[in-house]
Amino acid sequence: MNSTAITIEISDLEYAWPNQGPLLQLKSFTVAAGESLCLLGPSGTGKSTLLSLIAGVLEPQKGRLQVCGSALEALSSHQRDQLRADHIGIIFQMFNLVPYLSVLQNVLLPCRFSPRRRNRFERPESMVEDAKRLLCQLGLDAPDLLSRPVRDLSVGQQQRVAAARAMIGAPELIIADEPTSALDRDNRNRFVRLLQDEAKASGATLLFVTHDQGLASQFDRTVTLDDINHITTPTGTA
Amino acid sequence: MMETSILSLAAASLRNRLGSATLTILAVALSVTLFLGVEKSRTAMRTSFDNTISGTELIVGAPTGATNLLLHAVFHIGTPQAELSWSRYQEIAARPDIAWAAPVILGDSHRGFDVLATNQTYFDHYKFGRDRSLELASGEIMTDIFDAVVGASVAAELGYDIGTPLILSHGIESTGHAHHDDRPFRIVGILKPTGTPVDRTVHIGLEGLTAMHVGWETGSRHHLADSITTEMIRSFDLTPDSVSAVFIGLKDKTTILQTRRALNSQREEPVTAIIPGQTLTQLWRLVGTFERLLIGVSIFVIAVGMTSILTSMLSSLNERRREMSVLRAVGAGPRHILMLLVSECGLLGLIGASAGVCFTQILILVINPVLVSTVGMELAGTAPGLTDFLTVVSVSVLALIIGFWPAWTATRNSIGDGLAIKL
Ligand SMILES: Nc1ncnc2c1ncn2[C@@H]1O[C@H](COP(=O)(O)OP(=O)(O)OP(=O)(O)O)[C@@H](O)[C@H]1O
Ligand SMILES: [Mg+2]
Repeated sequence: MNSTAITIEISDLEYAWPNQGPLLQLKSFTVAAGESLCLLGPSGTGKSTLLSLIAGVLEPQKGRLQVCGSALEALSSHQRDQLRADHIGIIFQMFNLVPYLSVLQNVLLPCRFSPRRRNRFERPESMVEDAKRLLCQLGLDAPDLLSRPVRDLSVGQQQRVAAARAMIGAPELIIADEPTSALDRDNRNRFVRLLQDEAKASGATLLFVTHDQGLASQFDRTVTLDDINHITTPTGTA
Repeated sequence: MMETSILSLAAASLRNRLGSATLTILAVALSVTLFLGVEKSRTAMRTSFDNTISGTELIVGAPTGATNLLLHAVFHIGTPQAELSWSRYQEIAARPDIAWAAPVILGDSHRGFDVLATNQTYFDHYKFGRDRSLELASGEIMTDIFDAVVGASVAAELGYDIGTPLILSHGIESTGHAHHDDRPFRIVGILKPTGTPVDRTVHIGLEGLTAMHVGWETGSRHHLADSITTEMIRSFDLTPDSVSAVFIGLKDKTTILQTRRALNSQREEPVTAIIPGQTLTQLWRLVGTFERLLIGVSIFVIAVGMTSILTSMLSSLNERRREMSVLRAVGAGPRHILMLLVSECGLLGLIGASAGVCFTQILILVINPVLVSTVGMELAGTAPGLTDFLTVVSVSVLALIIGFWPAWTATRNSIGDGLAIKL
């Protein structure tokens, strides 16, 4: 399904926030298609920044970034937005949901921005069916849940809705930025397993960021940011 | 698809902030209501003003200012310094370029309504609006000396009908001592509403007016007045000595300026001849300054409405930063964030302005019956039309334009934030 067999390929990447010293300097970093990778690193080392670069929201000052078969530096910002909409599902640490949309509308949100993900479904109804299926597999099968305002959900439920949203329309790459840090240990392990299973089932690549060493064992591969980043001392705070 | 999708997001976001959105919409709606209210009453006033008289080419009176003559002869406001002699009227009426000449005498009143003495010519030729003639709702034009024809408001407000006797008073006081109660008139006709001063006028014949004043030649009641019977009066020569003004129609409308110059340059017993339409415009210009002030004020009020959109949008931006990050994450570009916020502003403007149009119509529905019962006419041309449409469009476009401010701020934030969810 993915002919390149490599989902993310980074070479000689350099990034610094405006008016700050260099934060990231990566010689080479690759994530294979279908792989599930855990990216570890202490707070403030630039994990979220790296994810923003991969997602095409930020532009590196230097280097090449190949994501889902496209060289990001060759794309306009609009094309990068479209690439993200079409190929990447993202889960944040918290506040993942748009407060004024229902659970179902939140899950279907990527389909609004991506014709490609929308067109995976023959009919609009099957899009809703798939959203229900994903929510159900993530343990959200209460009948009235779909139309509930997202405010009424617990944090753990919100994170699972976010996972369903990241995976609707089968994107090739799922990026999760510390999605479990607001959950207790039991829920954390269960959530990671669900995410793993779903990603495996759809053949998606999973890039999971955390500073919780305990989760590392559940992934195909674990990478510490400090090991690949040549800027070892994080700027500013300790 | 994309565009409708952003619009539905904008609508959902507004619905989520229903309380503050409603307040903003209300502020816009009220400002639009004020603007449209001012605008509509202004055009209604202008229309009814312009429609007061038509078909009359010239009005002639004793020498005075043009607006004075118009105010007196047409609107029955103010008292003239002098009158035109009957012989002068006859000379004018006999001019070969004149098709018709209707003399009017003003100065008396009946319970606050003006009394106008004239003849059949006036009823034949007086026109208002777009060449509409005076029409009777019931009865007939006066034939006898003591007959009267009343305007629609007179009949409606005083509850008069055909056959009701009228006691006219001298001068303009509605109550008081100087009643011509010795010579009662009788209503023989009631006119249809015109929306002009005619509605508030009691019409009597020229002879009737003279007859009424027999025994009052000095301005107050003569001590022998009681001894003169109505039968005696009928035998008198009741041709009036003078008239207040003469309404004139020309045979050939193109000679209007020559005729006017000829009349105005008369040496002995000079007169003032005015073209009513022209003087109406001059008069309106006097009112115009006030009119422009009103428009200026209501435009400021619209600006206040716009500011309330800006305030509510800008103050919501910080708490919406996370929402913007989420939208960015699912594939929204800066363009979409911009479009989302701009369309929210546009929606606020559109809904507010549309509500304003509705408010205005409701207001007119409430006000019109009150106007009909007090002034005898309703606001003309107030149905929703081009003005309302253009107002809604301009307010929406204006809201869209000012929407770029909060939208730009949000876009810049969302670019700076990257994908991180910040507080
Ligand atoms: N929007 C921003 N503007 C400017 N500087 C930023 C911005 N976001 C992050 N930074 C800086 O970049 C550095 C790395 O931040 P980043 O969020 O990538 O760290 P992180 O590894 O994700 O940390 P955490 O584990 O706490 O999420 C920090 O020093 C921070 O000050
Ligand atoms: Mg982070």
